[in-house]
Amino acid sequence: MTNEIHRLGQQVVSGILSRRDFLGRAAALGLSAPFANSLLSNAARAAQPVKGGTLKAGLQGGAATDTLDTAHFSTSVDITFGRAWGEQLVQIDPKGGLQPALAEEWGSSKDAKVWTFKIRKGVHFHDGKEMTPADVLATMERHSDKNSKSGALGIMQGIDKIAVDGQNVVFTLKDPNADLPFLMDDYHLIIQPNGGKDNPAAGIGTGPYKVTTNEPGVRLGGEKFAGYWRDDRGFADQVEVIVINDATARMSALQSGQVHIVNFVQPKLVDLIKRVPGMTIRNVSGRGHYVFVARCKTAPFDNNDLRLALKFAIDRDEMLDKVLRGYGTVGNDFPINAAYPLFTEVEQRKYDPDKAKFHYKKSGHDGPVLLRTSDVAFPGAVDAAQLFQQSAAKAGIQLEIKREPGDGYWSEVWQKQPFCASYWGGRPTQDQMYSVGYYSKADWNESQFVNDKFDKMLFQARAELDPEKRKKIYADMGTIVNQEGGTIVPMFNQFIDATGAKVEGWIDDPNYELSGYYALSRCWIAG
Amino acid sequence: MSSSIAKLGAQRIALGIMLLLAVSVLIFAGTQILPGDVAQAILGQSATPESLANLREQLGLNQPAYVRYFHWLGGVLTGDLGTSMTSGQGISSAIKGRLWNTLFLAFWAATVAVPLAIILGLIAVRYRNGWVDKLISGLALASTSFPEFFIGYVLVYFFAVKWQIFPGISTVYDGMPFLERMQAIAMPVTALTLVVLAHMMRMTRAAILNVMQSAYVETAELKGLSAFAVIRRHAFPNAIAPIINVVMLNLAYLIVGVVVVEVIFVYPGMGQYLVDHVTKRDVPVVQAVGLIFAAVYISLNIIADIAAIVANPRLRHPK
Repeated sequence: MTNEIHRLGQQVVSGILSRRDFLGRAAALGLSAPFANSLLSNAARAAQPVKGGTLKAGLQGGAATDTLDTAHFSTSVDITFGRAWGEQLVQIDPKGGLQPALAEEWGSSKDAKVWTFKIRKGVHFHDGKEMTPADVLATMERHSDKNSKSGALGIMQGIDKIAVDGQNVVFTLKDPNADLPFLMDDYHLIIQPNGGKDNPAAGIGTGPYKVTTNEPGVRLGGEKFAGYWRDDRGFADQVEVIVINDATARMSALQSGQVHIVNFVQPKLVDLIKRVPGMTIRNVSGRGHYVFVARCKTAPFDNNDLRLALKFAIDRDEMLDKVLRGYGTVGNDFPINAAYPLFTEVEQRKYDPDKAKFHYKKSGHDGPVLLRTSDVAFPGAVDAAQLFQQSAAKAGIQLEIKREPGDGYWSEVWQKQPFCASYWGGRPTQDQMYSVGYYSKADWNESQFVNDKFDKMLFQARAELDPEKRKKIYADMGTIVNQEGGTIVPMFNQFIDATGAKVEGWIDDPNYELSGYYALSRCWIAG
Repeated sequence: MSSSIAKLGAQRIALGIMLLLAVSVLIFAGTQILPGDVAQAILGQSATPESLANLREQLGLNQPAYVRYFHWLGGVLTGDLGTSMTSGQGISSAIKGRLWNTLFLAFWAATVAVPLAIILGLIAVRYRNGWVDKLISGLALASTSFPEFFIGYVLVYFFAVKWQIFPGISTVYDGMPFLERMQAIAMPVTALTLVVLAHMMRMTRAAILNVMQSAYVETAELKGLSAFAVIRRHAFPNAIAPIINVVMLNLAYLIVGVVVVEVIFVYPGMGQYLVDHVTKRDVPVVQAVGLIFAAVYISLNIIADIAAIVANPRLRHPK
């Protein structure tokens, strides 16, 4: 309970929770108002950032093949360190709203086709040069170049023209997009001097820390940049990322105080770690989810009744309980949950062997259904497949499990085989999530989902600036995917990180793990 | 006498070089058999026929295999190991630091493990079949029988988490003070020592015991030498060749076989480097590392051979 109170207190201090809400929850936990008030003032005092020291994170997801070139960012290590040395135009806050960063303000033409970002003045790169709209333009050019290998290329494709106009950068789109500013938060789009065209891996940005050490797959380090423009980030004198891919080594490094922050805590270890004094589990529900993907254009999954039968044959509650130990929420066969600002409920599908039997019979398919899975598809994917097999057997559906090797799973099985396990980290907006994974022509349309009505609605919502109308369109799109899609979404996982005794300033951020990848610049070491 | 040693030594070295060449052919051929080529691996899913052709041209993949082999070999001989596919950086410079780290770790592990193993072996022979012998053999066997990761985790649990004597992760970097570096590698050195100790210790014991059966040892005993003096002056020098052999085998293991220990202790050595690149199918790096490992293995074996020739005059005069 003390952990819970402590956390709520921190939330009040960081403005996520109101004072009144805090007192209400404290009362619910059995605390008297005066006591709760004194706790709150303690929290406020503890929340005064402490400057100095070296903040170290021990992270999973780095290799000797990593680079500082933002175009190739893909692992937690690259991205977390990237957000310590670089910044984008905007930042998505923990509530899903947009905050200014290198752009002070932005706005669009009425048809959401022309977007203007006003670039902040007086911000300097680590090499001393002042950041200008020309640098922003060059950065966007580098990532939207057709021949670029940038991970942001996909989201930049809708942009027709980019131009500098005084202190502004103006984007002209091919089609209207009400969500364009959200795309600018993408971790590839760190603004670099001349867009990083001269030396993509130089690691020069405008962030709170200057890169001092770059040993790919081993250690990355930065020291506080004296000329940093804001004072609510970057409290430690030094930050360091140590790559620790072994889960046990990561936990022991945290326990022995060699690192202050770790990521990827396995759900089965959470209860053990909670017992260790001084350690705090930082779990937050995000948009990430685990899926079983049937390819809608490949037999036998080209039959919607078979897909429905499988959807009714999965026991989501049991899977959440046993695979995620409750650290997540049940999914409902579409990729959106309450963490999205414009989310609306679709009636929750429940485990129903009778309905599964009915649709299975109607599909005319008989004989076993082959499901491919692997340890790398998501943590616990093999166990999850076995649970699925058992629940399906009760509905008379014979599910055959094939365990594939992790090496080559993403190149040989995923998007090639008709039915396999996979995962998504989610996206900041529904538009992005559907655009990358469900739009009929999307590169990662893993379920071969083709629905003209759905595509049309996607563009319609993108062009719609009225949130209520968009909400309605997204609700209908969710229903279509739920009813006809090839993706079974049994559960949304939580990001589970952990911090050591003295780490303060953590903000639960549902956007990504590690406090939205901002842990290094948001946290400080107390006393 | 010394000329025959030099001659035999030169023969062994020549043989070693030929073997290394043969290995290089095998490594090169092995990576050619893999489906797809480097160009396809670089371009991945986005490969179009034209871009593949361009990249092949650029990488010289259009030339016949034997031309490419000699090109590669020529590069290796001049210290150019090629370019990593994933990072686009020269492999030689990236490997240098890693190789140095691995050698550093292996050196200290050997410095602890070899004398310890030989001394324990000698003690075991002195008190053979007594409780001391049984205790030493039993403990050594136990430590070898546990898998490396288990030993590693047990060490971490006690020395890093519980008592906090040594750091649990051994990230070393350039310019790290020597004492700090030694502290950082304390645990991997301990783990490696425990892993290789028993093999060397038991081999020492067996080799000396073998010699102890000889008539001259009996003579030495009969003339009244103490048990340790017999072992030291008469048995050990005659058992040295097999001992060197097993020591060299274990040294080779300390360099090429420590992947698991490096992963557990987060030590930036060759093993970790190889694993990262195998996962990404970075063939040039895998080739380079394979060749370096083969060279290490072959040179240590040559050293063992030559040491055996020096230690045993009979080997210098083949019948």
